[in-house]
Amino acid sequence: MDIFASLADGFAIALTMENLLLALLGCFLGTMMGAMPGLGPSNGVAILIPLAFTLGLGATPSLILLTSVYYGAMYGGRISSILLNIPGDEPAMMTCLDGYPMAKNGRAGEALSLSGIASFVGAFLATWGLIFLAPQLVKIALLFGPAEYFALFTLAFATLGGVASSNQAKTAFAAAIGIGLATVGVDTQTGVPRFTFGEVHLYDGIDFLVAIVGLFALSEVFIFLENRHGEASTGGHKVSVGRLLPSLSVLKQCTPTMLRTSFLGFIAGVLPGAGASLGSFISYTMEKRLVDKKNTFGTGDPRGVAAPEAGNNAAAGGALVPMLALGVPGSGTTAVLLAVLLALNITPGPLLFTQQPDVVWGLIAALFIANFMLLAMNIPMIGLFTRVLLIPPRILMPIVAMVSFVGIYGISGSSFDLLVMIGFGVMGWILRKLDVPLVPIILGTLLGNAMENNLRRAITIDNGNWWTLVDSPLAIILWSLAIIGFLLPIVFGKVVKRRMRMAKDREGAVVD
Amino acid sequence: MSDRVFGLVGLVIAIGYAWAALSIEESFLSDAVGPKAFPLIIAAVVGLSSVVIIIKPDAAPQWPSFGRFAEVGFAILVLILYALLLPELGFVIATALAATYLTWRLGTAPIASIVSGSLTSLGIYVVFHQVLGLSLAKGVFGF
Repeated sequence: MDIFASLADGFAIALTMENLLLALLGCFLGTMMGAMPGLGPSNGVAILIPLAFTLGLGATPSLILLTSVYYGAMYGGRISSILLNIPGDEPAMMTCLDGYPMAKNGRAGEALSLSGIASFVGAFLATWGLIFLAPQLVKIALLFGPAEYFALFTLAFATLGGVASSNQAKTAFAAAIGIGLATVGVDTQTGVPRFTFGEVHLYDGIDFLVAIVGLFALSEVFIFLENRHGEASTGGHKVSVGRLLPSLSVLKQCTPTMLRTSFLGFIAGVLPGAGASLGSFISYTMEKRLVDKKNTFGTGDPRGVAAPEAGNNAAAGGALVPMLALGVPGSGTTAVLLAVLLALNITPGPLLFTQQPDVVWGLIAALFIANFMLLAMNIPMIGLFTRVLLIPPRILMPIVAMVSFVGIYGISGSSFDLLVMIGFGVMGWILRKLDVPLVPIILGTLLGNAMENNLRRAITIDNGNWWTLVDSPLAIILWSLAIIGFLLPIVFGKVVKRRMRMAKDREGAVVD
Repeated sequence: MSDRVFGLVGLVIAIGYAWAALSIEESFLSDAVGPKAFPLIIAAVVGLSSVVIIIKPDAAPQWPSFGRFAEVGFAILVLILYALLLPELGFVIATALAATYLTWRLGTAPIASIVSGSLTSLGIYVVFHQVLGLSLAKGVFGF
């Protein structure tokens, strides 16, 4: 079959000694970063993009390194959920429900390795889903003209807040600010400078890497300074891990759960606006309905750990489908991966599959490799990774800040970019306090130019007729989806969010 | 209340951005849309969402006390100084100073902060410059 031949080519590209070492390094670093309090997958990848870039790695090796970091961080994130009841990021929230009780019952090691296995199953199946679904989506995407693309970008922004979004005005605000930032610099079509205020440094536009590192990593440092986490909570936790491998009967009990939730999570990941947190939430609630006959969910049921972990990792894989095939990420975490591709001068989308198949299949092979490595690495080295939790943030956060500076300084070697990054850090801190999502800003800076170019191309082709934007059935469908996707959370967002919180509170109350 | 202020700031940004968009000098070679239209649409979105935020504000967040605010403010100042002094002092000294300050303010004892800050700086220098060959700021001393 065609697909298998391409996949074999991908493996041939990915399986060199250098790439395997990079994958190993990436998985290790990623898991460490995921396990550290306050550093999620987005932060971890964000800090390392400029580094991979300045180190002069080629496209495929950089992709392998960074996807390994990304997957590793997803694996590592659950460590603090299970051991400390502190979710590393939103998708890991559901893992706390049964993971932490399991740890309290002295089954921490089992919970950790089980979640590792569940993550593996979810991600592994989702990667296969990606292989089969993405080429189909590419066929549809090839029908898209500039007008349809413009509608598609609008759809991506409209649904970015997700079903669980509580304030759509703030999401729209953030997206528009991001797109606005992208318009800074010399206009690509006419060559006139825009919003540069005569500052030469701004003629090239604002580097999205500067924005990402500032918004994510640096604002985290400010949050820590404000709360001074160093004294209270995290750091200095001694956790006994217990037995490492779950027994065969537990595995057998969890297998159907993992398979079902992987499927569900994958679907949630592919659909716009759902994303990993909804994937893990749906997975958990569905499994609770289906198999929780004795009401053991929430008290340390292994299936309650397996379900959300398989669900959210499958969703993360599913989210790669629209990102690779259409060039439009459906969730926040894939937005960072899009940044990786753009930094490497690779534009994802249907043309990527036909023009640079080696990149696509190399990436897919890298996903498989990272998965197997993480599984192999996680079970024996769990003890080491849990020790990362002992590093107090007061030592860790300055390192994060300084490494961020190193990465950005490495790109341009100018103090100006560092100042812009600090500006983004401050902005990120304030916006976080105000509950304004940061991901739309990032996505805006990434996609703003492409969005504008498509709009202008569409209208220029049709001699200045703006109605061309809603001229094809495909475009009308996309516009309607965008409108529905934007309006739906206004009606249902609060309800879904409340349910998620309630589920956590209720289960939490049983434990404590 | 915080959201109302935020919305007002957003509105000011929208107006400023729209004004800046209108004052873009158009080139004689232009496509049918021109460089102004898209920014104006974006300005409209920023403005509209700001108005909605003003009309329907969320509950105010927990703002830190004045002391904590000053803490963050000073950290920002230190980082700005770091960015400006980096090319003068060189990577190792500047980074050691900045990392020491941050570690200290995050609650480490002063002497321990100096040790930790210096180690952070040297560690990054060794790993990124000597092992990975990244070019870091040289400064007057050459390191």
